[in-house]
Amino acid sequence: MKLIFERSIQGRGCAILPPCDVPVTSLPEAMVRKEPPKLPQVGEIDLSRHYTQLMKQTHGVNDGFYPLGSCTMKYNPRVNEEAAALPGFRRIHPLQPEETVQGCLEVLVTAEELLCEITGMDRMTFQPAAGAHGELTGLLLIKAYHHHRQDTARTKILVPDSAHGTNPASAAMAGYQVVSIPSGPDGCVDVEALRKAAGPDTAGLMLTNPNTVGLFDRNILEITQIVHEAGGLCYYDGANLNAVMGIARPGDMGFDVVHLNLHKTFSTPHGGGGPGSGPVGCKELLVPYLPIPLAQRDGAGGYRLDWDRPLTIGAVKDFYGNFLVVARALTYILTLGREGIPEAAENAVLNCNYLMTRLKDVYDMAFDTGCMHEFVITLARQKKELGVTAMDVAKGLLDHGIHPPTMYFPLIVEEALMVEPTETESRETLDEAAEAFHEIYRTALSDPELLHQSPLHTPVRRLDEVAAARNPRLQYHFPD
Amino acid sequence: MGSYVPSTPAQRQQMLESMGLSSMEDLFRQLPEEVLLRRPLNIPSGCCEMEALGKMETMAAKNTVFSSIFRGAGAYDHYIPAIVKSVTSKEEFLTAYTPYQAEISQGVLQSIFEYQTMICQLTAMDVSNASVYDGATAAAEAAAMCRDRRRTVTYASAACRPMTLRVLETYCFSAGTPLVLIPEKEGRTDLEALKELMDPAAAACVYLEQPNFYGQLEEMEKAAGIAHQAGAKFIAGCNPISLGILTPPGEYGADIAVGEGQPLGLPLSFGGPYLGFMAAKSALTRKLPGRIVGETTDVDGKRAFVLTLQAREQHIRREKASSNICSNQALCAMTAAVYLSAMGAQGLAQAAALSMSKAHYLAAELEKIPGFQRKHQGEFFHEFVTGSPIEPEALMKSLEKEGILGGLPLNGAYKGCILWCCTEKNTKAQIDRLVSIVKEVAEK
Repeated sequence: MKLIFERSIQGRGCAILPPCDVPVTSLPEAMVRKEPPKLPQVGEIDLSRHYTQLMKQTHGVNDGFYPLGSCTMKYNPRVNEEAAALPGFRRIHPLQPEETVQGCLEVLVTAEELLCEITGMDRMTFQPAAGAHGELTGLLLIKAYHHHRQDTARTKILVPDSAHGTNPASAAMAGYQVVSIPSGPDGCVDVEALRKAAGPDTAGLMLTNPNTVGLFDRNILEITQIVHEAGGLCYYDGANLNAVMGIARPGDMGFDVVHLNLHKTFSTPHGGGGPGSGPVGCKELLVPYLPIPLAQRDGAGGYRLDWDRPLTIGAVKDFYGNFLVVARALTYILTLGREGIPEAAENAVLNCNYLMTRLKDVYDMAFDTGCMHEFVITLARQKKELGVTAMDVAKGLLDHGIHPPTMYFPLIVEEALMVEPTETESRETLDEAAEAFHEIYRTALSDPELLHQSPLHTPVRRLDEVAAARNPRLQYHFPD
Repeated sequence: MGSYVPSTPAQRQQMLESMGLSSMEDLFRQLPEEVLLRRPLNIPSGCCEMEALGKMETMAAKNTVFSSIFRGAGAYDHYIPAIVKSVTSKEEFLTAYTPYQAEISQGVLQSIFEYQTMICQLTAMDVSNASVYDGATAAAEAAAMCRDRRRTVTYASAACRPMTLRVLETYCFSAGTPLVLIPEKEGRTDLEALKELMDPAAAACVYLEQPNFYGQLEEMEKAAGIAHQAGAKFIAGCNPISLGILTPPGEYGADIAVGEGQPLGLPLSFGGPYLGFMAAKSALTRKLPGRIVGETTDVDGKRAFVLTLQAREQHIRREKASSNICSNQALCAMTAAVYLSAMGAQGLAQAAALSMSKAHYLAAELEKIPGFQRKHQGEFFHEFVTGSPIEPEALMKSLEKEGILGGLPLNGAYKGCILWCCTEKNTKAQIDRLVSIVKEVAEK
């Protein structure tokens, strides 16, 4: 389809702003832009139809099943959007006096109190804008903690080899060396390897539990104890909290600091890649280092922003984080409440086990035990025997209107497909998906070439990614 | 209580039984006994949709929505065309994930490609990424792009926004690299001092904002020259609306242009979500953090778009990635693109000229009141600092009673001063009313 620039007609536009009602000022010639930017010249109807066409070429959770492992693509309730659209939130300037933003501060404080109870943490900041941003923030708390104690020899962060790529990347950004801890044959942390790696240079450990193969690490208490005994701190990557919220808490597993992905676990929409929100909660020992400002109760029934935190790591983002995302998540938590939070976790695990069980007859599971909220299929055998890869199966699913699982992750599993159904899918949807997986398997046996050609019925078909990277065209080239 | 689980209790039981399980507890057998919570969460019971919305409405009602806003300082109350919200609330865009599966994500991918093009046009730079979290983190990520083993020092002007400086400081602490503040003189960056400060062996980059925190326009070309002289890169933090009329960073020697994209159609929202835009000269393409969308073709030769140059990114490079960023602000980037398309170059220039003219009118009117003289004499865009003969907070309180959010009372060296802002939304009538109230309060 056309780019918006290709719809542009010289002289066309929308009438948005009024004429100037005060004397017009002008700038010295040297500061004035000579060439106007080549922005589209379109009417509102052009614009409206353009984006409607783009919309039709976009698959969201609300369009169909989206079992993208690790991303917790649950349904995004509309009431959250309505709450976030209230003028009393949308039209509030971040630098208004505190007495005029009591409602916003109440949102932050209430969300903090609820999420601290859910995670077993003492305080929380909402400043981080996404999961990876939360990781960086959490690691900086750990760094500040060690620095404050003059314990500067701690230069290493331990990260399991099954971890999300953001974990080692965040550790490097926080100035740490990354030590990769191997997984055992059961897919969990190799405790002996961890014991060997932990020592006086260990600043901390980053861990997801349940981990990225969808297993709850049974040795979790031993793991956090080993790190603590070595003088390190334990960081919980909350990407997979959906499996255990209301059932078990990172704080009770021995973690000192956690980040959450409100855009995963707490149902806020992903927006095609953001905005998200990655709040960071911590135990008392790290509270002094939390970013400023921190919203809190003022002791007189109101709320205030605390800027006076002498040991703070500073600020990781402007203002108070992605506030409207927090407002959406709060709406969700208030809706689910004490009963609904564990119910969501239970059904996420139920749906996951159900789908895994339905696929086990033809697909190999990377770890064939019960799973938590996600499971990992390995296509290693099909690749060898039939030449059908994880990519082929994923692309085959596109023709069934299903967003494929996460491909080729975790790295410790060959030809991996990581499936996370979430609790908001019905049994019928899971049955239909299982049937689609089975049909693809039958095609793999009878006509593997067809799968190599897939998808056939999408707006575009497989893309030449190599050409895209080799000869990057990163913006539209305007005709002369 | 509320729930978004569609399976009925009977279905759940059937599903359990189909797997030979009897209860939900059986699903959690992997968990060691010691970590199970074994009690209900100590949070309120759930509620239905109507009640949940009611609770949120009650909180929202405790905030004051001002009908007339003269405060900026990093968040600007520009007019948002109606089409912007209608496009960005489409469920497909709202509920999609990062467009990993290009075949069913062309809508999001093309919208980002168009956004990248518009940012390149706006800044006159060669390449833009798909966005980062906000203007402050964009500045911090840009500084990281410029550092290497030898060149580690970031120089930032004291005339930058205080929060941006704080974020830069935190990111520098993170990387273990020095941040040097360039002093401010008469509301602008002291470029003579910068010359003195620059260490040609270790300087990585120089960061200035245009306009700066005080609304003043900096000598960007000269600053870029000083940076380059010392072998450092020059990073410009720009207000995107101002680029409708101001010389773009690509034309005064910036190596990287960043900024807060909030003015481009994003509501104030108590500070977020906003949008960090980032554009660079082509030599720095592979150092850019975050997602980048490129054009290619599919197997049928059809034009298509895809996430590209991923060898920079965390999911491929892990600890060697150019940044840890994964989620960005995609929907905010789309918002900016719709805004820029609705406005066009002409509309954008109009928004800039209106904002600037109104700010100059306000400044002139305020200066007629004794004690409200401007603190700086340089050229300014849509913000400026005045003194105040009365305590700024007290003045603001009087304005608030009239439904007006006045300028921002400043701290530090500017204690007792006020940072004012205008946008195209401030009508002459609003400005005149503001000025008459200020006059009345000041003369009391």
